[in-house]
Amino acid sequence: MASDTSWHPSASLKVIKQRASLLKQIRSFMNTREIIEVDTPILSHFGISDPYIESMTTSCAAESDALLYLQSSPEFCMKRLLAAGSGSIYQIAHVFRNEESGKRHNTEFTMLEWYHAGFDYYQLMNEVGELLIDIGLERPDKMTYADAFKQTLELNPHTAATSELQTLCKQHGWDDAIDDRHALLDFLFSQAVIKNLEQSKPLFIYDYPECMSALATLKQSEPIVSERFELFISGMEIANGFNELIDADEQVKRFESELTTRSNKGLAEPPIDKDFVAALRSGLPECSGVAVGIDRLLMVLSKKDDINEVSTFTLGSN
Amino acid sequence: MATYSTNEFKSGLKIMIENDPCSIIENEFVKPGKGQAFNRVKMRNLKTGRVLEKTYKSGESVEGADVVDLDLQYLYNDGEMWHFMNKDSYEQCEADANAVSDAKQWIKGEEMCLVTLWNDVPLSVAAPNFVVLEVTDTDPGLKGDTAQGGSKPATLETGAIVKVPLFVENGDLLKIDTRTGEYVSRAKE
Repeated sequence: MASDTSWHPSASLKVIKQRASLLKQIRSFMNTREIIEVDTPILSHFGISDPYIESMTTSCAAESDALLYLQSSPEFCMKRLLAAGSGSIYQIAHVFRNEESGKRHNTEFTMLEWYHAGFDYYQLMNEVGELLIDIGLERPDKMTYADAFKQTLELNPHTAATSELQTLCKQHGWDDAIDDRHALLDFLFSQAVIKNLEQSKPLFIYDYPECMSALATLKQSEPIVSERFELFISGMEIANGFNELIDADEQVKRFESELTTRSNKGLAEPPIDKDFVAALRSGLPECSGVAVGIDRLLMVLSKKDDINEVSTFTLGSN
Repeated sequence: MATYSTNEFKSGLKIMIENDPCSIIENEFVKPGKGQAFNRVKMRNLKTGRVLEKTYKSGESVEGADVVDLDLQYLYNDGEMWHFMNKDSYEQCEADANAVSDAKQWIKGEEMCLVTLWNDVPLSVAAPNFVVLEVTDTDPGLKGDTAQGGSKPATLETGAIVKVPLFVENGDLLKIDTRTGEYVSRAKE
């Protein structure tokens, strides 16, 4: 008779131990750099206005009627700590993103987020590179977002006409490519650019188009780019970082424009985090921050191609 | 028929694509951390058998296809259509040559076949994985020659022609793997 094995962990004990040693290496790395570990709440009265991230919600007896949000990133609380004078900080936290599930996505996943006060995004890229070496990976190469497109599609992503992007998307299998520059670039980047770079070493892509800036500063270059980077290993996105925007007015403007986008798409419109905005107004020190997907990093280290194989338990198999 | 959002996509789900029923083989969720999510879907057109790939913006919906797989008993062929019966409800349905396709050379009657119905009409028929059929025509066997190596064609009672070892004779019962069309062994009854 077959015994019920559904209670078993989805990761092997070997990988579970590998996770433990990875977390230990990260903590020791942060410790030698005097970056302080913090632990902020998962529950908040505020969600995220990013049109491409869906928050999960819950409720609490003490806060009757209030919708509470499970963090999609510890960013807002950590920036409040920075504004309060914490200095460089890091956190290893569980975060939640609704409607994200697949071989590289789990609704609940583990994120390493750290902020280095006084660093610009180039310095932070170097620090991420040092962490990779510490855990046994290679120092990453660097390439701008524009160069990645030029090398693979012979196209300038900043200046190409939207109709040109649409045609290319159709050629790569998106028949109903819509008139949305951000979505078109996202599709081409994931399906045609990063897959074809033939890059075996880890790779930083940096200087993203202005429309993909989120909470990053803008570089007043020609064209204007957002001072943001992402780390890719074997074509998989591992980390996302940027020069943090410290201008409260600009940040509120971006939140409001994101909420308008959400409203136009018929998506929920979570309230803007007023405490975060107040912290920005009181003054956030110049800093750069990065979020690293711990589960995906573990996928690279343990050579697994499904996030379920590096997570102890998951809600359901995809 | 219901519609399915990309969030509900999984392998085996039956959806309508350009008026044809398709079965999802693979569903890949692609999403940059700060960007648009997509579902890259590989599916099989159940009418033509062709595999196609399509990309959807996550959250889009697609019409479902009313496709069910049933174990039905093969009854007879009336010269044009192949008749099947549900042994529980005694309901019958008929499949055309297109739907019966390769399966027709392996079935003679009474076998349980996996019949895929689309809007209650058979779309495809799969013969049982193994069938036992009688040899009706083959060159005379060489007595005692059970050595490996040689083979010859043999016609079976359903008309199918398979390659068999040299020792096989008219009237022998043979076990055939219908997925490969290959001889497996001689059978007793």
